[in-house]
Amino acid sequence: MPKVLKVVDRRRCIGCLSCRQACARLRGEFSAANSAIDVKTSGGFTGEFVINICRACNEPACMEACKFNALTLRKGGGVVFHKNNCVRCGQCAKACSVSAIRMDEDKYPIICSHCGYCAKYCPHRCITTKEV
Amino acid sequence: MLGKDYINVLYIDLEKEEFRYEERKDLVKYIGGTGVAAKLLDENIKPDLDPLDPEQPIIFANGPLSFVMPVCTKVVATFYSPHTKEYGESHAGGRLAMAMRFSGIDAMVITGRAKHPEYLVIDDKVKFKDARAIWGLSVEETGKIFRQHTGGSGIRSSMRIGRAGENLVTYAGINVDTYRHFGRLGLGACFGSKLLKGIVIIGDNSIPIDNGYRKKYRDVYDKIYDTVIKTDVMKKYHEVGTSINVIPLNEMNSLPSLNLQNTKIDFADDISGERFAKETLVRKVACSGCPIGCIHIGQFRREFDVGYEFETVDVSYDHELVFALGSFLGLKTTNEILQLIDVVESEGLDAISTGVALGWATEAYKRGIITIDDTLLPLDFGILQNYMVAVKYIASRKNKFYKDLGYGVDYASNIYGGNDFAVILVVTKCQVITQDMAVLLDLLWVQDIHTLIMVDIPLTRQELRKKIY
Repeated sequence: MPKVLKVVDRRRCIGCLSCRQACARLRGEFSAANSAIDVKTSGGFTGEFVINICRACNEPACMEACKFNALTLRKGGGVVFHKNNCVRCGQCAKACSVSAIRMDEDKYPIICSHCGYCAKYCPHRCITTKEV
Repeated sequence: MLGKDYINVLYIDLEKEEFRYEERKDLVKYIGGTGVAAKLLDENIKPDLDPLDPEQPIIFANGPLSFVMPVCTKVVATFYSPHTKEYGESHAGGRLAMAMRFSGIDAMVITGRAKHPEYLVIDDKVKFKDARAIWGLSVEETGKIFRQHTGGSGIRSSMRIGRAGENLVTYAGINVDTYRHFGRLGLGACFGSKLLKGIVIIGDNSIPIDNGYRKKYRDVYDKIYDTVIKTDVMKKYHEVGTSINVIPLNEMNSLPSLNLQNTKIDFADDISGERFAKETLVRKVACSGCPIGCIHIGQFRREFDVGYEFETVDVSYDHELVFALGSFLGLKTTNEILQLIDVVESEGLDAISTGVALGWATEAYKRGIITIDDTLLPLDFGILQNYMVAVKYIASRKNKFYKDLGYGVDYASNIYGGNDFAVILVVTKCQVITQDMAVLLDLLWVQDIHTLIMVDIPLTRQELRKKIY
């Protein structure tokens, strides 16, 4: 069964950014920004944390917006990224209604592959992968 | 220096509104952020000028492992301390280390005085922003304005001072990302002397991990991460937190209380870490890159008007604050201590030095060395409301007495008398009344070991430990 990444309990988040760090690490970078998962404060540290991830749509708007077949439907939801086809136009990020796609420094989109590596580093089990 | 063979130093001149980066290969040999920061201070300090002279430098330096390995989150600041007139070093967590790392800044040297109040926004370049409208605002208000006017939510860090720093109180600190601080030794006054209200740094760059080391790096990272999260080595920090010390110290006759007239109190249970956790703890948060989450947030509710009008306030607490603003001043409940911490935070003061200053002022007042003409209100141990007002008077330098108290207990007791019961923290001149050496250790415990090396202490830390255990 394919798995997708889910936010289980956002309110438990302590904002350590270990998940973002993990995603970047897997991509071969030290980075807080270049991660497919986005955790940020809403209203500062006294407010709540927001966890912004790819919601694994079955009808992905990002894929529909891509005219170059760089994104194809992933089994279980979400998309698979084909970097060779990408022209770095950024239309996918604009099309995502939950702003889950960020661009890296080379203007390629950072697409979540739902591998679950980030979830392994969540000390409070806020995120996890679930079979769909 | 991550992935490079040099330390990238950002030099900022507030007077000329200029900045430049310098790639310093010669700094790589200095160990950690502390080594680099100490070296840069040595290069730039003007020993003959006053610590608050515009020409004095403020140094920040990152360590090589920040946001690379779990738990490494501190930035080191060095400066000429206006409080002790000695070497000043202070460390803070929050998001600063991450933001500096991914702005490509290994160290910063800030000199000069701005032409009017300013704050800095550092992304790929340094922007000098007008802070005239913000000058005089609290730490919290300033933070809200910075957030509203800068991008990079989640990957930025925000430092700011309150009124205490603006008014050059020599134990004013710098707030980092709401819940962390460069607390000790007066860095907030250094900012104030430069008319620098704060700094926002946005860390949106990334650094490639060398291909040959990726697996090895992941293995080492995992080993540390698993030790921190899956064993109980860090239990003290992520469960009750550092305030778990209150009860054992009290039982050891070592809890500094009532301006150190006592070292044991009968209400320790009521202000213990366990009591804070049970009654006030609402959440924990973490510094970026540290999965522990040791920042304990307590909440208090205050009725500000009749008709069931309430405000709720979230405050971070730790052992040092509980002793300095709690047992030291005779406050007997967790709620009262949180309320006093909140005012100290808002004004941007160092919690420990503030508590010690209020403790001395209380005893001096009770002994008749100072009068209500000085204090403007009767100070007494355990009376929260007056302490809350007195903290504001220190920050605003309300009258001559509070202005003097704003230079610390050493200074004030030399003017007014009462030096014999002034608890001058060991970082200054080691004049703590040491009925019990463990008390001294408790005061030392919250200090930085590098600071201790710089001062004339008759006993080494090791010798102290030997005496106690």
